[in-house]
Amino acid sequence: MNATLARPLTLWLLALPVIIAVLGLALQGLAAVNASVFFAWSYFLEVLFAGLLQGVMYALVALGFVLIFKASGIFNFAQGSLVLFAALTMVGFIEMGLHWTLAFVVTAGVMVLLAVVVERVVLRPLVNQPHIILFMATIGIFYFLDGFGQTLWGSDVKVLDIGIPKQPLFVLQGVFEGGILVNAFDLVAALVGAVLVIGLAVFFHYTRIGRALRAVADDHQAALSVGIPLKTIWAIVWSVAGIVALVAGIMWGSKAGVQFSLALIALKALPVLILGGFTSIPGAIIGGLIIGAGEQVAEVFIGPLFGGAIQDWFAYMLALVFLLFRPQGLFGEKIIERV
Amino acid sequence: MQLRKLAFAAVGALVIGGTAATPPASAAEQFVPLLVYRTGPYAPNGIPLADGFNDFMQLVNERDGGVNGVKLAWEECETQYNNDRGVECYERLKAQGATGSSVVNPYSTGITYALIERATADKVPVLSMGYGRADASDGRVFPYVFTLPITYWAGADVMVQYANEKEGGSLKGKKIALVYHDSAYGKEPIATLERLAEEEGFQFQAFPVAHPGLEQKATWLQIGRQLRPDWVFMWGWGVMNSTAIKEAAAVGYPMDRFVGIWWSGAEADVVPAGDAAKGYKSLNITGVGTNAPIFEDIKKLHADGKGLADPKNIGTVLYNRALVNSFYFTEALRTAQGKFGEKPMSGEQIQWGFENLDITQDKIDSAGMTGLLSPVKLSCADHEGGGSAVVQQWDGAKWAAITDFISPRRAALRPAYEASAAQYAKEKGITPRDCS
Amino acid sequence: MLYREAGQFKTSYGSDQAIFPIRQDQIGIALLLLVAVLGVPALAGEYWLETIFVPFLVFSLAAIGLNLLTGYCGQLSLGTGGFMACGAFFAYKLTTAFPELHVLVVFLLAGVGSAAVGVFFGIPSLRIKGFYLAVATLAAQFFLVWMFNKFDWWTNYSPSGVISAPPREVLPGIFLTGTEATPITKYLFLLGLVAVLALVAKNLTRGAIGRSWMAIRDMDIAAEIIGIRPLWAKLSAFAISSFFIGIAGALWAFVYTGSVEALAFQIDRSFQVLFMVIIGGLGSILGSFLGAAFIVLLPILLNNVPAAIGLQMSVEMVSHLEFMIFGALIIFFLIVEPHGLARLWQIGKEKLRLWPFPY
Repeated sequence: MNATLARPLTLWLLALPVIIAVLGLALQGLAAVNASVFFAWSYFLEVLFAGLLQGVMYALVALGFVLIFKASGIFNFAQGSLVLFAALTMVGFIEMGLHWTLAFVVTAGVMVLLAVVVERVVLRPLVNQPHIILFMATIGIFYFLDGFGQTLWGSDVKVLDIGIPKQPLFVLQGVFEGGILVNAFDLVAALVGAVLVIGLAVFFHYTRIGRALRAVADDHQAALSVGIPLKTIWAIVWSVAGIVALVAGIMWGSKAGVQFSLALIALKALPVLILGGFTSIPGAIIGGLIIGAGEQVAEVFIGPLFGGAIQDWFAYMLALVFLLFRPQGLFGEKIIERV
Repeated sequence: MQLRKLAFAAVGALVIGGTAATPPASAAEQFVPLLVYRTGPYAPNGIPLADGFNDFMQLVNERDGGVNGVKLAWEECETQYNNDRGVECYERLKAQGATGSSVVNPYSTGITYALIERATADKVPVLSMGYGRADASDGRVFPYVFTLPITYWAGADVMVQYANEKEGGSLKGKKIALVYHDSAYGKEPIATLERLAEEEGFQFQAFPVAHPGLEQKATWLQIGRQLRPDWVFMWGWGVMNSTAIKEAAAVGYPMDRFVGIWWSGAEADVVPAGDAAKGYKSLNITGVGTNAPIFEDIKKLHADGKGLADPKNIGTVLYNRALVNSFYFTEALRTAQGKFGEKPMSGEQIQWGFENLDITQDKIDSAGMTGLLSPVKLSCADHEGGGSAVVQQWDGAKWAAITDFISPRRAALRPAYEASAAQYAKEKGITPRDCS
Repeated sequence: MLYREAGQFKTSYGSDQAIFPIRQDQIGIALLLLVAVLGVPALAGEYWLETIFVPFLVFSLAAIGLNLLTGYCGQLSLGTGGFMACGAFFAYKLTTAFPELHVLVVFLLAGVGSAAVGVFFGIPSLRIKGFYLAVATLAAQFFLVWMFNKFDWWTNYSPSGVISAPPREVLPGIFLTGTEATPITKYLFLLGLVAVLALVAKNLTRGAIGRSWMAIRDMDIAAEIIGIRPLWAKLSAFAISSFFIGIAGALWAFVYTGSVEALAFQIDRSFQVLFMVIIGGLGSILGSFLGAAFIVLLPILLNNVPAAIGLQMSVEMVSHLEFMIFGALIIFFLIVEPHGLARLWQIGKEKLRLWPFPY
């Protein structure tokens, strides 16, 4: 982690308890005024914690977007389909009798192959085109993958179980009566997310390929002129994004079953992405935490006032409020405009 | 350059080819359009449904030589559960066959809404079996829409009856929560449940889940950790169902007090939730399993290599629903033929057939469908037909019925249908038919 | 040979600035309109009118609206579905509250209402740019659909939560909506309305307001320096774009499907219209039509092809193939011509000028 990132991070860590306390007190006040809202500190913490963990799940999906955007400036519309395709492929291999670890490796190979094909067939002929054109190309990939994945593996719902525990756990039973409910599955997911983010951050900062990736992200042409092979870099980025999609697909797939609807979770990643900044890996995680916690708390404590189901637009409103102060996202690269 | 021209030529040929008409069905056949969704987000539900239709009609043709000698012809059209594609399919298929489309089963609330007006204008009966508008049960305002055997409002009533019985005859002071898909479909039962809450003295609270329903943590924290209701009812669809079951298990809500509507109770809804779903209950409008004699015939059909379904779908909840749905249609066809002669029927004639449909227990038994459905009898004014629903439970491997068919208390429901239909009629400028 | 402008002299500024400066183009567009008004209703069956031409025209209008905002003013919007929902629900409330109001007036008023909503959600565009702006429009998208879905007032407390268009006459005795409406009435009404609105849009983009939009799109700081007020330019783009999209939404609900629920205007709808604009060509009115045709017609045609050429295939296979071919075609077109179908058309015209002697 470099210094520019470390400072805001520590600042956030210090501010966090204060924010939580203020939020809690505000909601407590709301509950005192309006009877339709129920408030208790243990319940509040429970919701908050569940939201934070849920946020990590969103961040898992958002990471894939960030990787590709960072290295090529493309908003990859097909990321949701990549998640679905990866999950379908993995289940397909498991159903063929492979152990899930082996299936994981094989599927990762398939994703790398896919990345190479995408680079060859789609990206290479479109090199040097404006970003909107490349965005459009990912729409093409999205449609193609939707059809292709279903042709290969069928449209039926499939079960993916790699043995992640799912029982509810109760923590802090000494402090609060009845304790705070935490889902073991979400804890595992959070752990996976954290490992992935740290791994990717290290990869980007301390390896040769990582440095080349950052160079490409800064300026395609300059990177090319110092001898960085743009095509290889793109293939690598898409491969890594594919593997991230695979991890996201496994986590979401073992939660809701592997089915077509998995592609829709890309929508939940959008506010996270925008809030965290399109180009920042830690931003995806922090954005995920803020969006996850924010929308859960809002749904539970403010939702009843409006008839509920507010969390979808609330996530975007929350991101919007942050953006009004930082138009390039929390950790996005500062936009410097010159005439 | 050459390659590019070739490609354009190919595209051009495709486009021109696409405009040619499809071959018409033969004159002596009864054409049935099948709007299916074998792909897309709801394919796990759409596939067994489509399979059931195919198998039943194939069986009627192969075993009985059609209905009174009139063979059934059908064509599938993929809607992807998408409203515009549904309309497109309806329009594409409606003029086929000797008499055009004779019935349409949209199997999507949105497509049903989009088709009600079109089909009424085209005189094609819409059979929305357990979905669509509940108030379409009033045949005076909706002459071409049929809601047999039971509507969502009646389903809510059956759920409350079931909970009442389990609570020992009184729901006074109990708490019931509804988890619903935040759409027109999910909101259907609310008015009925609110009325029943008042009448039976239970506390009712509704929790919307935003489409598509992949995210329900907040909902279930509210239910499982704060409200802690005695019963949870669910109006879910697609991925929302399995997610709800998982989240319910995650907050430790007891599965045997969690009852879904019949669109939340198929194999595809519980299997992805794994062990968590064990004990989960749902309503069903048809019988469960493969005990009915008709399954012998279906097995034989498949043994002869003439079956059209994927064998693993036979006997699943939605496959059986499609069988019953097709049975309703063939019986309506038979009824219409009784009046108009043994030839393919037009949509208008089938509409008469539906209005005079009287499926008695004897007819059910002789068709080999014992236990799959309850008797229904329709009339000009009543398009619901007095059907009923069962409660089924998932034991981790299969669904099993745990009650008999429960009849909703229609005396209280009928005025609600009529009031709602009257509002529709007023808005659309429809003068209700005289059914007396 | 035929398509050559030699010998056509422009003697006034007016003729130099005409929308179709070349006579062949004028004849072409006149012929096209003639075919559209007389030929299509005479030849096309009900299926074609109801399921191909009607949605095509409605989507064209929505695409024009979005193109004004995204293509001309450079503001990415993913709120199209939400603004369409505004149009649909405003029109429904208006026409049920004032049944004697002519349906055309209802649509225009619904458009005005949507424009107001559009301006409100356009305000963040003054500070947020590019992909980040998408969040503001997405907030609009999710919030509006939620609102129409949540509050029963919008559906006149209908227990099913669905609005359905009451029967309304466009001319005395000729119904545009309801069961008595014929496909031909719907088609001709739409054709007229869309043609007029497209003309309005085209002229807007050629005037001062359109030039200020394009200046903002190309570089907003530079535009500000030469005296264009970003506030007015951006908000007017949001207003006019939402006006078009709102009318398209009202037409969708009233003329095309007849009854809708709020969920018909989900985010998928926004993406669908955005795809049309991008594939048709950003910053081109013609492109909006081409894009709408591509997205609406191509899947339906692809779906019909196997049956038409006598191939026996299961519907799911057809549907999967449809997706794959559709995706592959998008990529193929991009590689051949990255700037959309409108540019392809322009290149075609250039080629036609030189034909049959290309060098």
